[in-house]
Amino acid sequence: MAQHPEESFDWKRFFEPYGVTSMKVIASHCVTIAHGQSETIRAQLERNDAGVTIMSVGSSMEIFKEKGLPCEVMKMFHLEQAVGSHAIGHTRMATESAVTTAGSHPFSTGSDLCLVHNGSLSNHNRLRRNLQREGIRFRTENDSEVAAGYLAWRLQGGDSLEAALESALKDLDGFFTFAIGTRDGFAVLRDPVACKPAVLAETEDYVAMASEYRSLAHLPGIENAHIWEPEPARIYTWKKSATPALPATQISLAA
Amino acid sequence: MNTFDLTQTSVREVNQYLHDLAEPAAIEILEPKGAHAVACGLKAPLHVTIRGPVGYYCAGMNEKATVTVHGNAGTGVAENMMSGVVRVHGNASQSAGATAHGGLLVIQGDASARCGISLKGASIVVGGSVGHMSAFMAQSGTMVICGDAGDALGDSIYEARIYLRGKAASLGADCIEKEMRSEHLAELTDLLTVAGIAADPATFRRYGSARTLYHFHSDHASAY
Repeated sequence: MAQHPEESFDWKRFFEPYGVTSMKVIASHCVTIAHGQSETIRAQLERNDAGVTIMSVGSSMEIFKEKGLPCEVMKMFHLEQAVGSHAIGHTRMATESAVTTAGSHPFSTGSDLCLVHNGSLSNHNRLRRNLQREGIRFRTENDSEVAAGYLAWRLQGGDSLEAALESALKDLDGFFTFAIGTRDGFAVLRDPVACKPAVLAETEDYVAMASEYRSLAHLPGIENAHIWEPEPARIYTWKKSATPALPATQISLAA
Repeated sequence: MNTFDLTQTSVREVNQYLHDLAEPAAIEILEPKGAHAVACGLKAPLHVTIRGPVGYYCAGMNEKATVTVHGNAGTGVAENMMSGVVRVHGNASQSAGATAHGGLLVIQGDASARCGISLKGASIVVGGSVGHMSAFMAQSGTMVICGDAGDALGDSIYEARIYLRGKAASLGADCIEKEMRSEHLAELTDLLTVAGIAADPATFRRYGSARTLYHFHSDHASAY
C-alpha cells in the first residue's frame, strides 16, 4: 500500500521497475501486489524520490490515511464498500507533531501490523535517535511513530508481539494506551499508570475497544456484551477463530 | 414522573430542566448511551433515575439529589459531590468520587483506578473491587471496599479511612493497616446498611495514614 499526495500520480510508471503484477488506485493511495520478501520490497520502495510513502506491507492489512473530516475521508476511500475483519476509528489531538497524513494513525509497525496510540511519550527523541542508529526510518517528529518504530525494531529482531510489548513497558517512558492490529487479531496495552482510558466489549461475535463507552454504545448486542477496562501494564491479545463467520474487531481511540 | 429520552432531548436541555427544579421531584432519563455529564450539578433534593450506561462526570458536583444509574458509569462519577446519594448498579470507571466533599457514592460492581482520589469527606462504598491508586491523597471521608484493591492503595493518604474486605495488591506510601475499634465497626456497619450491601463488617480491615508523610519533622529544621 503506497500513498502519493497527488491523485493524478502515475503509479504504473512508478511501480514498473518492481515487477508489480496488479494495481488498484483509490484516491491518493495505491494497493499493489509484489512478489518477494515484504520487508525487502518495503526497504527498496521507501528509497524512492518520487514522493511516494509506503503506508503498509503485508498480505492482509492495507493502511489508508488522509487528513480531513472523517466523513470526507470515508467517502474518499469508499469505505462503505470495504469488507474486512478490523475497523479503526481514530481522532487525533496532535500534541507532539503537525497534523499531516504521515502523522495520522495507525502507524505501520511491520508486515500486517499497525499501531494506534493514545498518549504521549516523553523519551521519544532519545528513542528515535537510538532506533535510527539501528536502521529504523522515521518520517515525522511524532512520538507515536517512535512507538511504532520501536515495536517494528523488536519484531524484526525476532521478538514475538507479546515479547515486544513486554520490552515496550520497560523502554517507553510516558503515557500510552496502545491498540495493535495484527493479521488475525489485535492486542491492547496500557502503561503502568493507565492515565489514558480504555474500555473493552466482548461478545460471541466481536471484540471492540474504545477510549470510552460512548463509541461502543451503538454496536449490535452491546447491552449484553461483557464490558470491562483493561488493567495497567498487562498485555491482552485476541485472535480470530478459524470459523467461517469471522468475528470482527472494532477499535476506537482518541489520542 | 417526568421522563426524558436522551436520543430525543440533549443533555444540556435535560440538565437545565433539572437545575431549574427547586422542589423535590422524580425524573427518569432513558437511553443515555454513555453521554457525558448527565445529571451534573444538581442542587435540589431530586430523585433522578438513569436507565443505561453513562459517560464521564455523571452526577458530578451533586448536592442533595439522589441519582441512580442502572448501568455502568464512565470516568469521574459523582466527582466533587457535596451531598446527596449517587448509586451505580454496575461498574464505575476511573476516578469515581474524586475530590467528593460529602454525600454517599455506592458502586455495586467494581470501580477502576483512582477511586476516591483526593477524597475530601464523602463516603464511598464499593460492592466489588477497586483499581490501582485508589484513595490517593484522600484527605477525609470513608471508603469501603468489599472486594480487593489494586496497587498503591491509600498512597499519601491524609485522614480518610479505608475499610477493605479483600486484599490490597500493595499499600501506597504512608498507608498502613490500623486497629479496628468499636467506633470504626459501628461506622462501617452503618455505611453498609445505608448502601444496602450485605457484607459482614467483622470481615473488614481498616487502613489509614501513618502520618509520617504530611507532618513537618522538626529534625529537619536545621536544613533551612
